[in-house]
Amino acid sequence: MTKRPYDDVPGTTVFDERMSRKGYHLNQFCMSLMKPENRERFKADNRAYLDDWKMTEDQKQAVIDRDYNRMLSLGGNIYFLAKIFASDGLSFQYAASTMTGVSEEEYLKMMLAGGRSPDGNRYKHEWEKE
Amino acid sequence: MARITAGVATSHVPAVGRAIDTGQTRNDYWKPMFDGFEFSKKWEESEKPDVVFLVYNDHATAFSLDFIPTFAIGVAEDYAVADEGFGPRPVPHVEGHADLAWHIAASVIQQDFDLTLVNNMAVDHGLTVPLSLMFGQPEAWPCKVIPFAVNVVQYPVPSGRRCYNLGKAIRKAIDSFDEDLNVQIWGTGGMSHQLQGPRAGLINQPWDQAFLSDIVDNPERLIAIPPEDYIREAGSEGIELVMWLIMRGALDDQVTELHRHYHVPASNTAIGHIILKNGK
Ligand SMILES: [Fe+2]
Repeated sequence: MTKRPYDDVPGTTVFDERMSRKGYHLNQFCMSLMKPENRERFKADNRAYLDDWKMTEDQKQAVIDRDYNRMLSLGGNIYFLAKIFASDGLSFQYAASTMTGVSEEEYLKMMLAGGRSPDGNRYKHEWEKE
Repeated sequence: MARITAGVATSHVPAVGRAIDTGQTRNDYWKPMFDGFEFSKKWEESEKPDVVFLVYNDHATAFSLDFIPTFAIGVAEDYAVADEGFGPRPVPHVEGHADLAWHIAASVIQQDFDLTLVNNMAVDHGLTVPLSLMFGQPEAWPCKVIPFAVNVVQYPVPSGRRCYNLGKAIRKAIDSFDEDLNVQIWGTGGMSHQLQGPRAGLINQPWDQAFLSDIVDNPERLIAIPPEDYIREAGSEGIELVMWLIMRGALDDQVTELHRHYHVPASNTAIGHIILKNGK
C-alpha cells in the first residue's frame, strides 16, 4: 500500500482508510455506548454485548481487556474508543496513561512538567536507536 | 448588514467542561487555565454578539463512520447537547440562527465549497466547552450559534489552505446578509496534543507559541503547513488547529489582537486562546 508522509511518526496511529476499513464495526460498537440503555447492557456482560457486533475475535478481546493500544492497531479511533472509557467512568488522561505504559500519577507528573517533548519523538528512527 | 466584528480561537478539551460542571475551576490545577478566560468573559459581556459562527469538530458524536462530511453547517433552529458516554453536560441547549445559516450555505456553495447541510444533530464538547469558556454558566446562552463541523477525525482531512479560503467565502456570505447582526467567528480545538498511542502526551510549546503569533499577522505561513507536520510537531490531535484557519480567513488581512492566553496542561492538551478584533 502507498506509503504516507506520516508513516514515520513513532508511537502514533493515523486514522486513515487503512485503519478505518479494519475498524468500522469496532468503532460503530463504540458509538452505541452513547445510549444509556446500551451502556447498561454492555456493563452487565461485555462479552454478550460484543457478540451482537460483527467484530473480529481479536477486537472483542482487546475491548474486554481494555487494551487501547491493541484496539488502535485493530482499527479503533481514539474518539470512538473514548466511549468505552467514558462508560467506565474514566478520563482521557487515564486512558492516555495506559497507552504510554506508565501509571496515571506518572503521566500526570509528565504533563504538569510541560508534557512529552517533541525532541527525540518526531521520527521512528529516533525510537529505534534506544 | 451583518458584520463579523471579531474572531476567537480556543481549545475545547472535555476535561475543561467537566471542571466547569463540577465546580473545580478554582483549584490549584485548573485556576491558572481559567484565569486566562476572565478577560474574555468580561469582553463578551460588553460585545454582546447576536450570533457566533462556531467552527469545531464532531468527536464521533453526531457523525459515526456511516457518513463523514468534510464540512457540515447546522441550519436548524436548535441543537441538543450530546451524551458522549457519561450523560449530557448540564448546559443550556443551543439555539441556531436558521436564516443566516441557510444564507451562508447558499452563498458558500455558490462560491464552490460543497457543504453538508444538517437539520438535526447533537453538539458535543467541541462546541459547548468554548461556549462555557467565553460565556460562563448562564441559564441560557446569550446568543445564537451556527455550528460548523469540520472533519479532522478520518483522514484525509481538509488542508489548512482549504480551510483558510473557506473562511474567506464565509466572510463574503456573512457580509451580504441583509440584517443588522453582530457576528463573531470562533475557531476551536488544539493546540498541541496527542491522545493516543505510546507517544500520547506530546506538547510542543515553541510550535504553539509560533502558531499563536502567526495567526495574528502571518497566516500565510500557517496555511502551508501539511497535515503530517501537524501530526509530527503538534501531536496527532494537533491537526484540529486547521479549524483556527477558517476563523482567520473570515477576518480582515489586518487584525488587532485583544487578548492571548496559553497554558499547559489541561488534561493531555496545551490550551491556546486568542481574541482578534476585525480590522486595525
Ligand atoms: Fe477536539
